[in-house]
Amino acid sequence: MRSFQRKLSEFDARGVRVVAISVDSVDTNQQHSQRMGFAFSVLSDADAAVIRRYDLLHRGAGPKGIDIARPAEFLIDSHGIIRWVNLTDNIAVRARPEQALQAFDERHGD
Amino acid sequence: MKRKWNWPLWVGFVVAVGGLFSYEFFAQFPITRDFPWANLLFFGIGATLLLVGLFRAFGRPQLYRGKIFGSIFTAISVLLFAFFAYEIFYVLRQVPLSAQAPRVGEKAPEFSLPDQNSKSVALKDLLSPNGAVLIFYRGHW
Repeated sequence: MRSFQRKLSEFDARGVRVVAISVDSVDTNQQHSQRMGFAFSVLSDADAAVIRRYDLLHRGAGPKGIDIARPAEFLIDSHGIIRWVNLTDNIAVRARPEQALQAFDERHGD
Repeated sequence: MKRKWNWPLWVGFVVAVGGLFSYEFFAQFPITRDFPWANLLFFGIGATLLLVGLFRAFGRPQLYRGKIFGSIFTAISVLLFAFFAYEIFYVLRQVPLSAQAPRVGEKAPEFSLPDQNSKSVALKDLLSPNGAVLIFYRGHW
């Protein structure tokens, strides 16, 4: 997330919005975004309904055994079609912003 | 005759402990997070020093100290390494398969969720002009 904030201007330049989603509450997201200086949307899916819809639920992996999201990244085009997906097999290894930017650029022929 | 201080045992133990507790630091950088090279290097140096120390302690016990505490240090270091390897190579890889997750070429499931300012945001509002990157993450709780 910090790495995406650092590259935010490159997403802005391409007209691509950056959006983060987790089970964290709106309050947690507000505090965290302020502290980290996140200038993109951080959405709260507190009951994990959207996370479930995307089949990204990690059962019991949160504090006190709550269900949370597993890490995953999607690049979606302006028509709502998915153009690139990253489903890690290691919680510590997330997509880097360069991967999403490259996926966008390959599709738009630069 | 007073026996000598067996320094490789002490240094090796400190380096091995460092191998475990430095993970939080090295996890900040993709190159040392995606595969824990730096931590494994610490453990490797620690193991080498501990072995040197043990050879001294058991091979020339009249000259070097450390038969007992060297064995204890080594046992603790092995346990720390086992814990590290279990966490890094097993626990972190327990990720659900997500076989039904939407794939490339499919339409992204629609949603509407509150952002950090309590404003409701729908996926379709996020797609202009050129789409969006959705980042699902575990959360900060």
